[in-house]
Amino acid sequence: MKLTGAEIFIECLKAEGVDTIFGYPGGAVLYLYDELYKSADSVRHILARHEQGAIHAAEGYAKSTDKPGVAIVTSGPGATNAVTGIADAYMDSVPLVVFTGQVPRPLIGNDAFQEVDIVGITRPCVKHNFLVTEVEKLAETIKKAFHIATTGRPGPVLVDIPKDLTIDTTEFVYPDSINMRSYQPTVKGNKKQIKKAVDLILEAKQPVIYSGGGVISSGASKQLTALARRLHYPITNTLMGLGAYPATDKQFLGMLGMHGTYEANQSMHNVDILIAIGSRFDDRVTGNIEKFCPNARIIHIDIDPASISKNVSVDVPIVGDVKEVLNAIEIELDSRDDNIPDQAALEKWWQQIAVWRSKECLKYDQANDKEIKAQYVVEKLWEVTKGDAYVSSDVGQHQMWAAQFYKFDKPNRWLNSGGLGTMGFGLPAAMGAQVAHPEATVTCITGDGSIQMCIQELATCMQEGLPLKIINLNNGFLGMVRQWQEFFYQKRYSSVRMEKQVNPDFVKLAEAYGHVGMRIEKPEDVEAALKEAFAMTDRLVFMDFITKQEANVYPMIPAGAGLNEMILV
Amino acid sequence: MRHVISILLENETGALSRVAGLFSARGYNIKSLTVAPTDDPSLSRMTLVTHGEPQIIEQIIKQLNKLIDVVKVMDLPQGSYIVREMLLLKVASSSTDDCALIKRISDIFRARIIDVKKRTYTIELTGRSDKLDSFIEAFECQTVLEVVRSGAMGIARGNIALHL
Repeated sequence: MKLTGAEIFIECLKAEGVDTIFGYPGGAVLYLYDELYKSADSVRHILARHEQGAIHAAEGYAKSTDKPGVAIVTSGPGATNAVTGIADAYMDSVPLVVFTGQVPRPLIGNDAFQEVDIVGITRPCVKHNFLVTEVEKLAETIKKAFHIATTGRPGPVLVDIPKDLTIDTTEFVYPDSINMRSYQPTVKGNKKQIKKAVDLILEAKQPVIYSGGGVISSGASKQLTALARRLHYPITNTLMGLGAYPATDKQFLGMLGMHGTYEANQSMHNVDILIAIGSRFDDRVTGNIEKFCPNARIIHIDIDPASISKNVSVDVPIVGDVKEVLNAIEIELDSRDDNIPDQAALEKWWQQIAVWRSKECLKYDQANDKEIKAQYVVEKLWEVTKGDAYVSSDVGQHQMWAAQFYKFDKPNRWLNSGGLGTMGFGLPAAMGAQVAHPEATVTCITGDGSIQMCIQELATCMQEGLPLKIINLNNGFLGMVRQWQEFFYQKRYSSVRMEKQVNPDFVKLAEAYGHVGMRIEKPEDVEAALKEAFAMTDRLVFMDFITKQEANVYPMIPAGAGLNEMILV
Repeated sequence: MRHVISILLENETGALSRVAGLFSARGYNIKSLTVAPTDDPSLSRMTLVTHGEPQIIEQIIKQLNKLIDVVKVMDLPQGSYIVREMLLLKVASSSTDDCALIKRISDIFRARIIDVKKRTYTIELTGRSDKLDSFIEAFECQTVLEVVRSGAMGIARGNIALHL
């Protein structure tokens, strides 16, 4: 039977098992939306209030599950509004399929109403993109898009569909599988390299496992945990990798990098064998590259060959899916008679780490302060939610405090914009996670700056009945920029003030959107307020915590310094 | 160091701009770039001349391979490849002396004069890029009206072949 392009679009979504699509309608996607209307029972459409919100929501959905996020926006401004979200997904390797409407084919190139070359615009920030030119190619293109987005190093794929194509008809055939001669990601690690890696692993006297978001993408946190425990090696996670290894475990050193812990960064600086797993030696992790891990031999496991030896040259590269490679390492270890590392050396190494830990680099004093400290709010949040919530964050100081103080024991719980650092990510990402997990506790840790970048999504939450808990750490400043201005620009606070007089009344704002608003101004009220809010499981609660204004995130590695040159409080 | 990189890519709209965009986005250098379909109409072959430290070249190859439209990439083996470029050059000739000189230089370089009009000569020359440079230099005293260069095309010597 012949179907229209729009009908084919829906059938493809069903074939891919898509249950939710985030989007915003418009002229070029009217036929697609007409089909979405008819298929509302099988594909739930979530109407965001801005296309950026739709994409971040799809990211939150993808990051909190093992499924790709799917979004649809119209041509022109709809598509350009989506670009920030797409770039965000690209930097953080989030599997997304984004459909954009395009003007009818005869008008392409004519500067038609709401026309933009979105394939051209997004080329540098997608894993791949397509402009579909014939209805006969639509199903195959969509199949390819899902295949590319979800395999190898995941990422966003954009499919641009001209409006007139959506009413053309053709026979619908959805391919069962797809084979692309130009796209064959390496999944299994090279055996020789795995042997070499195991040789090095067993030689280690001062080892560190440094793992990142790749472990979560690969679904390999079980394998990672097993390996770390078996070897009894210290482990640190990147910002993107939090939750891949239980943060409450003794072997966990905390996050590393610019605002990582003293013990993690000192260990990295003194490491002899570094085992990098699904991490990419980002500049926020390495600090000054010249001073990075001066004595280390490095094993690097990553699905993306281009991530290997890009910033730091490594000794044993292994290209492959983290889960596959870790399984192979496990088997290789089992096969050896002598597979126990040097226990005496390791004992000494742990003693050294204990000395670094005793600095208590994350300590802060709430007891002697009348103002609320953001760290305290996050710690109490962790307690109240029993460490088991899905937590999104925006970008800035609150993001670092969330990463430092919310101890993630499970993967896929921490939703955050690490690579692009997109303010406005938090609220829509939390929405996406709540849609994916309707019964779960989902909370968004944000600041008075970031929350205003996608505040409109409070309306989406009302419409869809998403009972998020928003923790607004309100310090009346763009805190992270202010912190840098304090440290490096002699306190010339340039365009960072957002104090009471200019910030909206967030309680009233939340109420205006139909939600519950709370303002918390005293440290002694924090815990009770959190408990009260989290007890309202059917309502969105916006908690405006008035926190200490000029608080700083510590510890910190200043720009240009090495990991051993941290500023402590 | 100069590297000649050969690329087989899907003959699709936008494939060329993905490669060109990669170079500008990541700050890699492109000295020349040529592209045309191959005997298999679904594939284009591109020759890209660049220079950089070994680790930069390694990154370039990896990043090229990462592009979905790129099917195969080869860094032509140093000292074991042939590169050819084509030049079309138009010079003015106002006197019989000019004509003689143009003819003589063309003969020396084994170039072909492919168009003669009242006041212009158009010459075709194929060879290594440095030969083309020297040829253009030889016309220093003449009025060169136009220089069209194809950019380098490369192929490996012997058994090494870039194919599917």
